[in-house]
Amino acid sequence: MSSRFVAFASLGRKALPNQFDVIALAVIFAGFIAIVHGTRGMILPLQAPQSTISLAYANLPYYALRTTLRMFAAIFFSLLFTFTYATWAAKSRRAERFLIPILDVLQSVPILGFLSFTVTFFLGLFPGSTLGAECAAIFAIFTSQAWNMAFSFYQSLRNVPRELNEVANSLLLSPWQRFWQLETPYAMPGLIWNTMMSMSGGWFFVVASEAISVGDTTVNLPGVGSYLALAIDQRRIDAVVAAILTMLAVIIAYDQLLFRPLVTFGARFRVELSGGEHEEKSWVIQLFRRTYLLRALIAVPAQLFKRLALLRLELPFHPELSAEANRWRERILDALSSGIGLLAGAWALWLVYRYVSTHLTFAELGQAVWLTSITMLRVIALILLASLIWVPVGVIIGLNSRLAEKIQPLAQFLAAFPANVLFPIAVVLIVRFSLNPDIWLSFLIIFGTQWYILFNVVGGASAFPNDLREAAASFRVYGLDWWLMVILPGVFPYYVTGALTASGGSWNAAIVAEYVKWGNQTVSAHGIGSYIASATAAGDYPRIVLGVAVMSVFVIFFNRILWRPMSRFAERRTRLD
Amino acid sequence: MLETRLKPLLEVKDVCQSYLTGSGETGALVLDHVSLTLKEGEIVGLLGRSGSGKSSLLRIISGLAKPTSGEVTFRGEPVRGPFEAVAMVFQSAALFPWLSVLANVELGLRAKKVVEQEARTRALKAIDLIGLDGFESAFPKELSGGMRQRVGFARALVVNPQILLMDEPFSALDVLTAETLRTDLLDLWVEGRMPIKSILMVTHNIEEAVLMCNRILVLSSNPGRISAEIQVNLQHPRNRLGPEFRQLVDRIYALMTRRKEPTYAGREGTFPGVGVGMALPEVSMETLAGLIETIAGPSFKGRADLPALADETAMAVDDLFPPAETLQLLRFAEIEEGDIKLTPDGLRFAEAEVDVRKKLFGEHLVAYVPLAARIRAVLDDRPSHAARKARFLEELEDYMSDDYAEQTLKSVIDWGRYGELFAYDETTETFSLENPT
Repeated sequence: MSSRFVAFASLGRKALPNQFDVIALAVIFAGFIAIVHGTRGMILPLQAPQSTISLAYANLPYYALRTTLRMFAAIFFSLLFTFTYATWAAKSRRAERFLIPILDVLQSVPILGFLSFTVTFFLGLFPGSTLGAECAAIFAIFTSQAWNMAFSFYQSLRNVPRELNEVANSLLLSPWQRFWQLETPYAMPGLIWNTMMSMSGGWFFVVASEAISVGDTTVNLPGVGSYLALAIDQRRIDAVVAAILTMLAVIIAYDQLLFRPLVTFGARFRVELSGGEHEEKSWVIQLFRRTYLLRALIAVPAQLFKRLALLRLELPFHPELSAEANRWRERILDALSSGIGLLAGAWALWLVYRYVSTHLTFAELGQAVWLTSITMLRVIALILLASLIWVPVGVIIGLNSRLAEKIQPLAQFLAAFPANVLFPIAVVLIVRFSLNPDIWLSFLIIFGTQWYILFNVVGGASAFPNDLREAAASFRVYGLDWWLMVILPGVFPYYVTGALTASGGSWNAAIVAEYVKWGNQTVSAHGIGSYIASATAAGDYPRIVLGVAVMSVFVIFFNRILWRPMSRFAERRTRLD
Repeated sequence: MLETRLKPLLEVKDVCQSYLTGSGETGALVLDHVSLTLKEGEIVGLLGRSGSGKSSLLRIISGLAKPTSGEVTFRGEPVRGPFEAVAMVFQSAALFPWLSVLANVELGLRAKKVVEQEARTRALKAIDLIGLDGFESAFPKELSGGMRQRVGFARALVVNPQILLMDEPFSALDVLTAETLRTDLLDLWVEGRMPIKSILMVTHNIEEAVLMCNRILVLSSNPGRISAEIQVNLQHPRNRLGPEFRQLVDRIYALMTRRKEPTYAGREGTFPGVGVGMALPEVSMETLAGLIETIAGPSFKGRADLPALADETAMAVDDLFPPAETLQLLRFAEIEEGDIKLTPDGLRFAEAEVDVRKKLFGEHLVAYVPLAARIRAVLDDRPSHAARKARFLEELEDYMSDDYAEQTLKSVIDWGRYGELFAYDETTETFSLENPT
């Protein structure tokens, strides 16, 4: 079920980065550099508001609430972004040529590395107020959520079945009505699934972004993340455990009250018309359906929305479609927009080059490339290791439908759990037994993301057709043959989806996982993650830009050269439906 | 009053429509100077095989598509986009799966700002009329195909259109369901219980056209032109087995298979395009071999009457014509005046063993399908004896749309593999001369 919904920008596009990707990359980094330049001019050090965090357990429910609210604020902005950016890209051919590569690159930029920039930027925007810090945290979560939601929405808008579009035309729906009656409902299952995946990933960022130090500036926002940071600072293992338990409770509530009900709700918008499909259940939905009071409670906003969606909201002008007259205008506008895009790209490229070359030497570029290679090796090795363990386990669980029903939600739950809450425990162990951080810190990278592999493989194995299993059994295909010829190809598309998600998350996790603190003790591994993290701690902006840029380029190539061909292959050769 | 009755309701004047090729240029003509009129009180059928542009024509009439040239007028007013006086029923029903039956039917009214109460009353009336009582709150996925199409009819009727446009509304349904729905619709029409003035339907089913229409317009293919107009003066309910009915069906088959004079040298006439740029239909080897065997078999002995062949194989025009015409292209059969006759090579194919069949088929493929010959020649020419699929796809896209190029290449790959002209590897998307060992 999940493989259909994966939204990954580079999948639909040409394999190797083209000029639009270069433009997008240059523009994005030039933007970051501009932020650095802009904020440099302000009075340093920045006025960071200090909230006093207390390690008393009684404060935890309040902190959990603040953390959750931050999450919802971010998801609100992500939805806003999705509905505007993706719609624009889907409706305007001209805008699409620039917007989609930008989205694609943004998806590959390890945004955690830029936390320092965004913090500086927002603190500068609201000097001396907590609002700036809140905005920075919310923005960090937003950047972890928005891209794949927007891409899923864009893809759905582009794939609305032709006949349904014609129905909307012949019923004379206005653009506004078409958007709410046809396009949004059609995009709903994919959007809900991606929103849920985004929120699951977002907990990680909310914890990481609440407490952050850039050079001499330290920002603390009341929340579980700051509580944890303070616990680490004061070496209070009991408080770390309390934070873990609190996060556990929050994720359980999120899973039960939001994730499951929404996925069940989303099933209603599926287009395939075959009935009798396995329906996902949610006790919250049951409760709402059966309880009169709750039903009445949602009836009012639902009714209001229905009315709003049926308004015509006609644009004051009608684009007249006289083909001949428009063709020339279209061509001129095309050329014009391409020209502006190329110019902006070239200028941005020059800006990046000038910035990096005045602050850094080529030797440092070489070092960054080398460190990124180490991190890449780490990511590959750990994805392989996780696959070796979780694919067989997932297959065995998936083929047992009763077990799968229990494990599947558990794995989804574990994927949502912010693994960085557990990092201090790992550090304590590494310090205690004086283990080699280059090896043992590596496991933290995959700690939170391995579950994506597990639950996708479980999903794939439980969707494996019984006919094929029986055919294999009747031809006496057992042992290694059975694994290689029957089940592994069968779950392959699901595995690719899971591994792709896991790999994306792992790159981001590297920034937090390669450089970990316990009190005043710092444990770090060699890699681009620790390079960026230590540059952030030192407030060394040119190195942050260099590190994140090199990492982004690596991630883009990694996705294009490894994951995209694999997904295409899975799509073409091993799809069972 | 009399004036309006005599004036045509809808007029199509000199409409032309062209394909867009893969590179965005205007390509072959789909509709070539088509003109027709629709008067009040009649059901008109547009009959043609796939590729005759009949669905394109319907979309131009409804305002969903724009013609390359020519004009459509409704009561003398030019049509510039979808307009309120027509409503369309789609082949797949095309219901919004997230809306209940009632909400689907209401949508068109609510879009037009009809107030909620009135919309509800009118929708319930339409649902009642079309026999969907009791299903108001059901969702499309809970309904059978026939019921879904009934919702499609209710949704079209509820907006009180003057003309009902139907795009093969029965072709996705099973035989029994389709017949029930046709009869119900005809009853409503004959009894005058629908507010509509006229119906225009697209179909590829000859019997369906004769059963329902007052007037049938036969569209020829490549490019689509109106090649014949047939009045059907039988009383409703019509008897499919009556001699007049059968005669009409036979006559239309003959009309649709009348051999065309080649318009210019080198043109095959059957499929659009010339030479390498000929767009081929998607027909599998299994179907071709099966058809040859059936015609050669005891019921037909090498020469078959097309209506009888359609009966025997349970195929409609759309299913039967593409393979039959492919056999004609390959010179395994000839089609004339509603009959299909195997050539001597066709008869040899029917009687041969697998290996001989493959050899014979390969020879005919090289000789009569220019694209197959081109692929083989390129492979022979190159020292590597290999060529990428993209190379041929790009060449084809100069002549036809992306979809047609894909389909054409797919058919040639299937036929070429059978005739062992070349091998094709799907993973690397390359043609080669080596068969896997």
